[in-house]
Amino acid sequence: MSDNFYLPPGLPIPVPERNGLSAPYWHAAREGVLKVQRNPRTGVYQWPAQWICHDDQGFDIDWVEVEPKGVIYSWTRVWHPVHPALKDHGPYIVVVVELPHAGKVRMLGNLLGDPRQEVVIGAPVEAVFEHHNDADPPFTLVQWRYADGAR
Amino acid sequence: MTRRSLRGEVAVAGVGETTYYRHGQSPDPEMVLCLKAILAAAADAGIDPRDIDGFASYSNDRNEPAVLATALGTHELRFANMQWGGGGGGGAGAMANASAAIATGLADCVVVYRALAQGQFGRFGQGARAATLSGDNALTNPYGQMSPAQYYAPKAVRFMHEHGIGQEALRAIAMASYHHAQANPRAVMYGRPLTEQGYDDSRWITEPFHLFDCCMENDGAAAIILVSAERAKDLKQTPTYVLGAAIGAGYRVHSTQAGFATPDLASSHFKTVARHLYEMAKVGPKDVDVVQCYENFTGGVLMSLVEHGFFEPEEAMDFLKLENLIAPTGKMPLNTSGGNLAECYMHGLELQIEAVRQVRGQSTSQVPKVDVSLAVAGPMVTPVSTIIFGSEASL
Repeated sequence: MSDNFYLPPGLPIPVPERNGLSAPYWHAAREGVLKVQRNPRTGVYQWPAQWICHDDQGFDIDWVEVEPKGVIYSWTRVWHPVHPALKDHGPYIVVVVELPHAGKVRMLGNLLGDPRQEVVIGAPVEAVFEHHNDADPPFTLVQWRYADGAR
Repeated sequence: MTRRSLRGEVAVAGVGETTYYRHGQSPDPEMVLCLKAILAAAADAGIDPRDIDGFASYSNDRNEPAVLATALGTHELRFANMQWGGGGGGGAGAMANASAAIATGLADCVVVYRALAQGQFGRFGQGARAATLSGDNALTNPYGQMSPAQYYAPKAVRFMHEHGIGQEALRAIAMASYHHAQANPRAVMYGRPLTEQGYDDSRWITEPFHLFDCCMENDGAAAIILVSAERAKDLKQTPTYVLGAAIGAGYRVHSTQAGFATPDLASSHFKTVARHLYEMAKVGPKDVDVVQCYENFTGGVLMSLVEHGFFEPEEAMDFLKLENLIAPTGKMPLNTSGGNLAECYMHGLELQIEAVRQVRGQSTSQVPKVDVSLAVAGPMVTPVSTIIFGSEASL
């Protein structure tokens, strides 16, 4: 099962805050859906989740589904492990992905595939929902891979 | 209209530090390190340590003013200040807060201090061990993004991508620190020179940062005592004046963990702050004689120098050459004590001290005739902070 995961088990499990601020994101990810916040009055997107819309200071905020695709905005390839679960694992790629169709909000994830592959800023990527169903509690990570034809 | 400025109002009376140790090597508890640094600064200033009436620090230093004042026998406590957030980004901010307290009459003699015994507490460079995480940490740690180097690397990668900057620029920054550390017996890396080959052959921590692009983790403490400009004239050391200081960040700079979402990702976040700094100091980048610029990671130095106006991004590859960055001959001597990379990671307070020593003429890599001395605190965080010191002639 863990063969399907980009990183080995044992890293911290993401859970919504006790106050539930990001819960819609995490619940949607379990269903294979990508959601971010949007101001219902102005259409301005924001991510990560906030209690208030940064553009008009309204507390009424929508959670909207967005197409799970983006472009690589930046990246790093990590070589030095700083967590016991990653010791001896070898390098892995972290990408910052921008979603041009959702107000250019950015997300972070791993770039699936060969950890030594070239990372191309500006290349289109699509989300892969990595379901950790056996974790306690179960969770889903939004991961990224080069879009078909991009590489 | 009343002029609101720190310029020339406040001066550094004394500086001090403990022996600097590799992390885990301090024989003293962290609070003892802190007390020793404060006493060293008081001795340097030639004042009775009990006359210190204010304490200012940053990054949630574990040594609270109430505890220090009680331990030191402080006659009267009048100012206890913590600069919020930003980790090492608060170093110049604590100096600014202390200066503001003196300039406005809240206190007369304020010590800025930072003590770190990473061997006795958690290390900065390690990931969280929690079973579950939420908030911004949940958006990063499960992807193996959990240390400062990892958080900041994409900022440098994007900046270098946008402006065609190569690894050689980062290497020159690292080598400048190591070069200067070889003249500084206080430096943890004294006697450990770094060559281009040594840099190139060093392992990656996280691209674009090699081992030598990353600050050390150390044990020790540092302290700086500030008084009014008037009082400083009667004290032991040649006064080093605060010309200007500024704290802050630009538009919607997220936490370190959620830094990926910051609109201006490829930034050290000094664009607005440096403007305020120069306005208050009434100098520009061309007037600066020597620069201390916090190296959490060399990529942050690169962006900070650009944002302080020393060169355009497109000039970085020409400007960031070792010969330009070393004292006494370089056109912009940088990190002349060895800084966070090679003197000691005292969360940048050692850089503030070095900026003062340059004005006094007491550096181990002295730049000839320093009138304007810049010390930039930790970049890429929020809030950041930055300060300019000057000689009597600069006023």
